This record gives sequence, structure tokens and C-alpha cells, in this order.
Amino acid sequence: MLILGIETATASTGCAVGDRDGVRASVRVSGDRRHAEMLAPQISAVCKLAVVSLRDVAAVAVDVGPGLYTGLRVGVTTAMTIASALRVNMVGVTSLDLVAFPVRHTSRTITAVIDARRGEVFCARYRPVPGGVQRVSEPAVSSPEAVAAEIMATGDEALLAGDGALRYRSVFDSIRGAEIADRAFACPSAESLVHLACARALREEHVPPGEIRPLYLRRPDAEAMRPAAPQPAEARP
Amino acid sequence: MTASPPPRSMPPAPVVGSTPATAPPPAIGDDDLVLGIETSCDETAAAVVAGGGRRVLSSVVSSQIDLHARYGGVVPEIAGRAHVELMGPVIAEATVTAGAADDDIAAVAATCGPGLVGALLVGVSAAKALALVWSVPFVAVNHLEAHLHAAFLDEPDIELPVVVILVSGGHTMLVLMTDRLQFRLLGETVDDAAGEAFDKVARFLGLGYPGGPAVDRLAAAGDPDAIAFPRPMLGDGWDFSFSGLKTAVINYVRRHPAADPADVAASFQEAVADVLVTKARRAAAACGARGLCLAGGVAANTRLRELVLDAGMADGLGTYLPSPAMCTDNAAMVAAAGWWRLRADGPSPLNTGADPSLRLPGC
Repeated sequence: MLILGIETATASTGCAVGDRDGVRASVRVSGDRRHAEMLAPQISAVCKLAVVSLRDVAAVAVDVGPGLYTGLRVGVTTAMTIASALRVNMVGVTSLDLVAFPVRHTSRTITAVIDARRGEVFCARYRPVPGGVQRVSEPAVSSPEAVAAEIMATGDEALLAGDGALRYRSVFDSIRGAEIADRAFACPSAESLVHLACARALREEHVPPGEIRPLYLRRPDAEAMRPAAPQPAEARP
Repeated sequence: MTASPPPRSMPPAPVVGSTPATAPPPAIGDDDLVLGIETSCDETAAAVVAGGGRRVLSSVVSSQIDLHARYGGVVPEIAGRAHVELMGPVIAEATVTAGAADDDIAAVAATCGPGLVGALLVGVSAAKALALVWSVPFVAVNHLEAHLHAAFLDEPDIELPVVVILVSGGHTMLVLMTDRLQFRLLGETVDDAAGEAFDKVARFLGLGYPGGPAVDRLAAAGDPDAIAFPRPMLGDGWDFSFSGLKTAVINYVRRHPAADPADVAASFQEAVADVLVTKARRAAAACGARGLCLAGGVAANTRLRELVLDAGMADGLGTYLPSPAMCTDNAAMVAAAGWWRLRADGPSPLNTGADPSLRLPGC
């Protein structure tokens, strides 16, 4: 079962193809936010490298976020359109799952922390289990200080991973005994995506393309700033 | 005496009996189908068009007006999110309505600019994804060039050159179109777009959003000569200015709170249409154009259409008014423009991105 994975939730753009035997080929361009330009040539290249045709793909996996809005729109639209055209199902995986998965070989509780800009982070907590990680809190957007306080309240030995953990290292260093995963584990990868999606697709945990949605975790600013009810325009006495 | 050998730089003589050299076949056939995609602002649209606009097999437009109306204008982030959700269903409806199987589509065209970047890249991404799966060319289309092709969808044999009045919420320009892909920008607005002025006046009059149709409806009951609003820059070249006119309308209503809003709307609309058509007539005469053509969302305005028809009669010019559905943003015009561009320039590279400030080609 050949899976195409598309990952555009951070400043990087990546894609990979693989099956239950592992990733066959992957491509990644780091950090320039040119998702709209880079993604289609990458998909074409990764298929050539793996010597497969796009028409052989049996499921399309996509990082649904949370992350950069424009990146997510490019990745999710591209993935949904390819899956619809191929008439195959999709697997949506959160960027936080993809950050936690590569650091699973630990006995610590894992917190995936992705930079959400504006002084906030996207985060979720995970417990390592045989063969992977299990999410124990829903993805949320929060201040680094609040995340640190929450981890301290659990009293667990903590491992933090992700670009948000690195950016706010000074805040997270205050957690007694906490470890912060290095830069190699900072961003979600398309390879982890294919790996996780293969397992889910084999368990038939997939959905039709129309059911995939980006996970923004924030409302648009205009909507958030709008008063709850329109003000009545009545004359005052 | 023997002739000296030809210099080395001479091309080799044709081999006798070889097949004659022929031009490579065009990238797209005469009656081939193009799937067009448009997401530059607040409409998610897809269409299937044959032969560069000779036949529109389907044109699906999903408007987000209801999502933006409460904010009195388009909110880019809300537009971007809605495009992601609507893109798939709109493409599916366009291909099913057209009765086109996947391998009937010969190319996929998408608007790559100008427009809202977060909106544009949804359509560009979808188009490139389809081009990859179907192994067909992708064509990036300029939104303004697409508008210029809209009139041809209703009337394929327009006699060129024509002067096009391209008026929308984001653009106001006079364009001389000498060929399907040859344009000259004669003039454009120096401040607000005409559609922007309609929206702002409508908001001030409490008519809601979008303002163009609201002003048009109200103006039908008013007297266009009731108030002599200024005709900005009327005698001054082919550029436009609508910011001062909008301010004049607002100041007038503040000073005359009892004025009939219908008269205000009709007189404002008359001033906009008068300036647009007067300059277009002069431009047509100066450039030797054979006709006047309308394009863009404001081209659906009743009074503007009447004045263009009157001008055509008076000056002996052809007049080409696209149906209102082809005036506003749609993907049929994108598919048509894509067919012409593909034939002239070949496919666009797959690393083409969105360009929010793209200009009309050659202008």
C-alpha cells in the first residue's frame, strides 16, 4: 500500500512516499516558506526517486497542523486534490504527533511544542508506548509559561521537543529535570508522517478527502475581535 | 575554377528525401478542454471550457459573500479558509456538470495573481495537483487578462481592436486590446477602484455589502440628475480618480440629511458611469478601436451598460457586454485565457507561485 505524505505545517516543505516496509524516498526544503512554489515539483521528484507513478498511490497523508496557515492551506489543498483525483482515502496527522513520534525512545513524558508566533506555542503531551506515542492531551494554543506550569503540575520527568521548545528554552529550562530535544527533532517530517500514516491506513483509520480540514486552533482575527452580538443602533435619550 | 567550400557556420544543406520541417504541434488542440480554477478573492470557482472559450461546458461559482458581509468587506483569512473547504466540491461539480471524464481534460489553468495571496495559492495548489495526477500541462493565468477574455465567452468573434473598461472592486482600467493576448494599458485609477467607491458609498448609505448591486437597485428609483456630483479628472488624460467623488457623496449627505437616498445613489452611479464611458469613447476614437467592451464585477451595473450601448450607437462602435455571470469573478474566463496562453507560451513551470501584485502582461 503506497502512501504519499505531504508536510507543510512549518517553514519547511517536505514530501515522502513509502509503504509498510518503510520510506522509499523523501525530499525536504528547509525554512524558506515557499510551500506553494516547492511542493508540486517535490511530489514529482519524490515519485521519480522512488521509481513509482503518482497513480500507484493508495492513500494520501497530510500534516493537518497546527502550524503556519499558508503552509497548511497549500499542503492540505494539494493533498485533498490529489486524493480526490486518484479516488483514494486520506490520513490526517497533527504536526504535534509528528514532532513527538521521533523522540519516542524515552521513559519521559513527551511535550511537543511548536512555535505559534505572537508569543504563543501549539502543544500536546504524549506518553511513550511500545512502537510509538500516545497523546494524553488535546492539541492547544497557549503561552510558553502556561505550558511550563502545566508540565510542572504533572510532576512527570519531561522531554520537550519542537521549534517552540527551542525558541522558549529559557522558559522551559525552569522545569526541574526537564530535557529539551535538540534541533534535529525540531520540525515535523514527511518521513514520520508516512510511517504513522501507514500504520493508520492498515488499521483502516482513513477518511475520504472531503473530511480533511486544517487544524488552525485559532479563529481568524476578524472573527475573534468581533463583538459577540451586533450593537443596536438606537438613539440615546 | 572551383567554388570555395561554404563557411562552417552555414547550416547543413537539407538531406534529399527527408521529411519537410514542420512547426511543432501546439501545446493544446483546437477543441481541447481546459479546466479553469479561480480563487483570487472571495469566489471559489471552477469551469470546463472548450476551444479557448468557444464552448463553456460548465462554470461553477461558490460565493462567500455571506461569510464576509458582516465585516463589510472581504477578510483575507476567512476567504483563505473557505477556499480550502470549497475547492474540492467546486471542482467536482464543474467536471460532473461538463460531463468530462478525467482524461478528457487537456490542461488545468489557475489564477496566480493579482489578488489575496492566501486565497490565490489554494487555487494554484489545486491546479498543480490535478496537473500532476492527470499528467497534463498547468497554466498560470493573470486574473486581469482573464477578465479581458470574458466578453469573448458570450461573443467569440469580437472585431478587434476594442477598448475594454475593466472595472471591479480591486481594479479600474482602460485597456486597448489589439489581439487576444496583446494589450495596452491606456489608463487606470490613481486611488480607489470604482467598485471600492460603490462599496464605500453603499456602506455610508447603510445599504450593506456588496455595495455595487445595492446601489444599482436603489438608483433605479432615483433621479440621476438630482445632484451634480463631480466628474473627477474628466478632461485629464485616461486615468481615473474615485476617492474624491466618494468623499463628495459623503459630504453632500452630511449637509443634506433629508436628501432622498435613491437620488444620491442614482446621481453617484451616473457620475461614475459617465466618467468611465466618456474616457472610453475618447480612447476608442484616439486609438482607432472598433468597439467598446466591458469587464469586471462593476460591468454588471445597469447604468454603465446603458451608457456603453448609447456610446456605441452614437459613435458607430461595436458594444460587447458580457452577461453579469461572466463579469464577476468566474473560472470560465480563466480557462479561456489559459487555453490562449498555453497555445502561445506553453505550460507554466510547476514551481509557479501566487503573485498578489501581478500586472497585466506587457503593461
